Amino acid sequence: ITFLTLNFLSSPAIQIRFILIQNRAGKTRLAKWYMQFDDDEKQKLIEEVHAVVTVRDAKHTNFVEVRLYACLSCLQFRNFKIIYRRYAGLYFCICVDVTDNNLAYLEGIHNFVEVLNEYFHNVCELDLVFNFYKVYTVVDEMFLAGEIRETSQTKVLKQLLMLQSLE
Amino acid sequence: MPAVSKGDGMRGLAVFISDIRNCKSKEAEIKRINKELANIRSKFKGDKALDGYSKKKYVCKLLFIFLLGHDIDFGHMEAVNLLSSNKYTEKQIGYLFISVLVNSNSELIRLINNAIKNDLSSRNPTFMCLALHCIANVGSREMAEAFAGEIPRILVAGDTMDSVKQSAALCLLRLYKASPDLVLMGEWTSRVVHLLNDQHMGVVTAAISLITCLSSKNPDEFKTCVSLAVSRLSRIVSSASTDLQDYTYYFVPAPWLSCKLLRLLQCYPPPEDGAVKGRLVECLETILNKAQEPPKSKKVQHSNAKNAILFEAISLIIHYDSEPNLLVRACNQLGQFLQHRETNLRYLALESMCTLASSEFSHEAVKTHIETVINALKTERDVSVRQRAADLLYAMCDRSNAKQIVAEMLSYLETADYSIREEMVLKVAILAEKYAVDYSWYVDTILNLIRIAGDYVSEEVWYRVIQIVINRDDVQGYAAKTVFEALQAPACHENMVKVGGYILGEFGNLIAGDPRSSPLVQFNLLHSKFHLCSVPTRALLLSAYIKFINLFPETKATIQEVLRSDSQIRNSDVELQQRAVEYLKLSSIASTDVLATVLEEMPPFPERESSILAKLKKKKGPGAVSVELEDGKERGELNGGGDRGGDAAIAASNASTPSPSADLLGLRSTAPVSGTTPSAGSLLVDVFSEAGPSATSAGVNDDGFLSSAPPTVASEDPAPPLPESDELLNKFVCKNNGVLFENQLLQIGIKSEYRQNLGRMYLFYGNKTSVQFVSFNTTVSCPGELQSHILQCICTHTHTLLNVQTKTVEPLVEGGAQVQQVINIECLTDFIDAPLLNIKFRYGGALQNISLKLPVTINKFFQPTEMAAADFFQRWKQLSQPQQEAQKIFKASHGMDTEVLKAKLLGLGTALLENVDPNPENYVCAGVIQTKAQQVGCLLRLEPNAQAQMYRLTLRSSKDTVSQRVCDLLAEQF
Repeated sequence: ITFLTLNFLSSPAIQIRFILIQNRAGKTRLAKWYMQFDDDEKQKLIEEVHAVVTVRDAKHTNFVEVRLYACLSCLQFRNFKIIYRRYAGLYFCICVDVTDNNLAYLEGIHNFVEVLNEYFHNVCELDLVFNFYKVYTVVDEMFLAGEIRETSQTKVLKQLLMLQSLE
Repeated sequence: MPAVSKGDGMRGLAVFISDIRNCKSKEAEIKRINKELANIRSKFKGDKALDGYSKKKYVCKLLFIFLLGHDIDFGHMEAVNLLSSNKYTEKQIGYLFISVLVNSNSELIRLINNAIKNDLSSRNPTFMCLALHCIANVGSREMAEAFAGEIPRILVAGDTMDSVKQSAALCLLRLYKASPDLVLMGEWTSRVVHLLNDQHMGVVTAAISLITCLSSKNPDEFKTCVSLAVSRLSRIVSSASTDLQDYTYYFVPAPWLSCKLLRLLQCYPPPEDGAVKGRLVECLETILNKAQEPPKSKKVQHSNAKNAILFEAISLIIHYDSEPNLLVRACNQLGQFLQHRETNLRYLALESMCTLASSEFSHEAVKTHIETVINALKTERDVSVRQRAADLLYAMCDRSNAKQIVAEMLSYLETADYSIREEMVLKVAILAEKYAVDYSWYVDTILNLIRIAGDYVSEEVWYRVIQIVINRDDVQGYAAKTVFEALQAPACHENMVKVGGYILGEFGNLIAGDPRSSPLVQFNLLHSKFHLCSVPTRALLLSAYIKFINLFPETKATIQEVLRSDSQIRNSDVELQQRAVEYLKLSSIASTDVLATVLEEMPPFPERESSILAKLKKKKGPGAVSVELEDGKERGELNGGGDRGGDAAIAASNASTPSPSADLLGLRSTAPVSGTTPSAGSLLVDVFSEAGPSATSAGVNDDGFLSSAPPTVASEDPAPPLPESDELLNKFVCKNNGVLFENQLLQIGIKSEYRQNLGRMYLFYGNKTSVQFVSFNTTVSCPGELQSHILQCICTHTHTLLNVQTKTVEPLVEGGAQVQQVINIECLTDFIDAPLLNIKFRYGGALQNISLKLPVTINKFFQPTEMAAADFFQRWKQLSQPQQEAQKIFKASHGMDTEVLKAKLLGLGTALLENVDPNPENYVCAGVIQTKAQQVGCLLRLEPNAQAQMYRLTLRSSKDTVSQRVCDLLAEQF
């Protein structure tokens, strides 16, 4: 518990709270947390996100505002929004502040998916399961500390290729 | 093209994952996992030293098991060992395990930090990035302590690789957010700003997040970033779609960086430098122009990226709120989006327009889209889009379109989603009140609201309509007629019965002339609903009945019979039984004069912020409600009421009985304390015959009953409390003794002590002059006291918030002498308003009349409670409902000295708990407020931020009013 939360609340700085990849059945394929949550809270968030995104269809927006109990370090309820996009049976979800730029994150998701697609050569759900430890590396190349780190697909893939060649 | 095959590199892992996937049941999965755990454990414990590959494989398996949701209690050491491997793949798994699994207070932290330190100084960019990512992912205080000094150096060093700079910038951001006190500004800060000029766009993209965060905290130190950001933005915006190569996304140059630059600029006011500003305006115009150009691609990615920049630019334009031309252009652009086939764009346009509506430059332009927005409210499939449409209608509402908008919102309410009904109801109620030109429209609107969405009409809404009807005598007759008609419906909502009961009880006489609504008809109508209603509503109806007896003597026999029936007088509910008994007695014993006084028409409510507006603000969070009640003139006419004014009104009008216990709070608003409800004063005087006759209120009722009190002698009324009395009260929140008040004549000292829900206060009145004070008289009145005195006359049962007993003082105070007065206090339930102390005396013939607030605040009844950290957090979590929490963020008005803070917190009466909050800068306290009615457990957390000179104070208790009151009181102390 730190005073961070106050700064955090008033901060206009962009901040991703978490990234989730889930399948339609609600199985988590990636969970990347950028805030302190305890395990119960994580589980609750995973369930809530699944519940809100799976009921939506193509006529809906790609954004959902949710009221979440925002972790021990904030000790309060706050509104967040989930920005999500569905690719085949997978939902890619990013949780950000309500004031954040929806479309920038929506395309941030797509940019990430295109990188995964190149890296895994037509990515499918199983790639994420068997190579879960590599997915974390891809995420860290593109998003770090809840911020966008690198947006160039060429640069990210070049770096991943280089890492791949290492022992 | 890089491609990865399944689990390449670690066959054993791939086999294990396949096995798990093939498990048919949860039990089989657990069995397989336990087998694997046993295997790994034996390998780790075995005599043979494992090679790096095996270690990596097993640690990775453990991680997989953990991610499946199983506990892992070993393997940490092996993971830490992997950190010192020279092989990237081993190191990576080690760092990953630690990022996901090791919590900050692990004993291993020293070993981990050591490994990180080695990697940071390795000059191997891959290893450096791994270490930085680990710090960024964990972000613990220990890591901040170890590396907050080192990372800025890496960030600005000339020979650092670009990819390392990117990671270092964001790593530092994480540490700054987590432990701002450990990241010291210095020589590096100015060099960080210049990263905005870096050739590598990825470095700029990462660095700008750090710069934005630092700027928002220290705007002055970083203000050079404005011109740098503008020139960077200008270069991007004016570049051709292929200029930026790697950073062009679907023909849009650097969309994410553009958004971040525009967001950074929102930390600052418009640039003062004309050239910079000109360049920025040019950028914004170019962005708006591009929105009109034909798309370079049909792909949604292209338009999304382009519009991401556009919306961020519009946010900046709104933030500046100084360029009418840009504001109107932005509005027109959004207007086009309102009819776009993409739901996302319609949603975002509605959202963005909502903020444009509050700018004076674009308000009119927004209004031209009213039909489209109304259409959106009716036809959008996605409820969140309809919600935005409703928000926008609310924001664009003004006098010119209020009737249309309110009508549309009302008709939408009939089919609105449950999730947004309550908020819609509040909005309709606020707009109806704010733009009411004739009050019959207002009354119609609110009654319609209750009819359409009665379940969602919160107490605040119906209190408010009653406050307004009471304060506006030109609408009372209409209101009575309308509720009478509304009650004719065979099934009407209980809230309608409440409003109906209240209004007919007060103003039924105004329509009694019509035989179709004669007193008996009115009564029968109300009573036909009685049996379907809940206890609080029934209680309210009983009060309406006794008011009927006063208004219409011809109904007395009928009503007395109802009161006398077993179902009333022997009702199993204590509240109803008590009311029935008391009202019956009151109507049979009291003379018509007394009856008329006791049951007099409600005095106007004191004006305050609209309670419903306050509620909406609470719902939406601070700052979310842009519409305020308009100019003071209008507010004056409307005459607002207190938070729970409606209920207070009922309580006061009952006179002979308390309202249901939960509503006791309302009594504070009836304000004999405010000194503005003279009828109340007169009663007090009648009962005790202490002083001369006092004021009366409007006196004559329409049916000719005169109020009993004689005419006013204004100067003898207790004076309204001194303007500084609140400040004086605040001085005593954390202390019990001191000088309460002093002027040239008089000094008042206080000593007080409290135990549980009882208190004793010694007041010392010192005459500072050499001349006698004559007719020296002091009275203490407190919210609800009026009721208690009446009750004591009629029955033996009393309910008030505070029971205050005063011993009278000698009427003569010699020059230079001091007299003492003892006051005994009993806290019956929680309360807000302090008792009022009125002092009157004559000094040289002139009447002195001083009213002060007696420093009795709810926190005086705290019992400190010691508890351990685990207990504290458990209780804290239990009190997690939003209304149980009150929070304030405020500027420090005194020094932030630790000892002083501690003394104040102890003075508050709570226990100061050490070693509970992981952050030693913070304070947490616990205590129980002792009242006769109940005990209210209360938890407190105070977070000082020395750098920003701010505090955040959070209160949680089982009672919302207590959280709020203690929070309000304490926030004034620092």
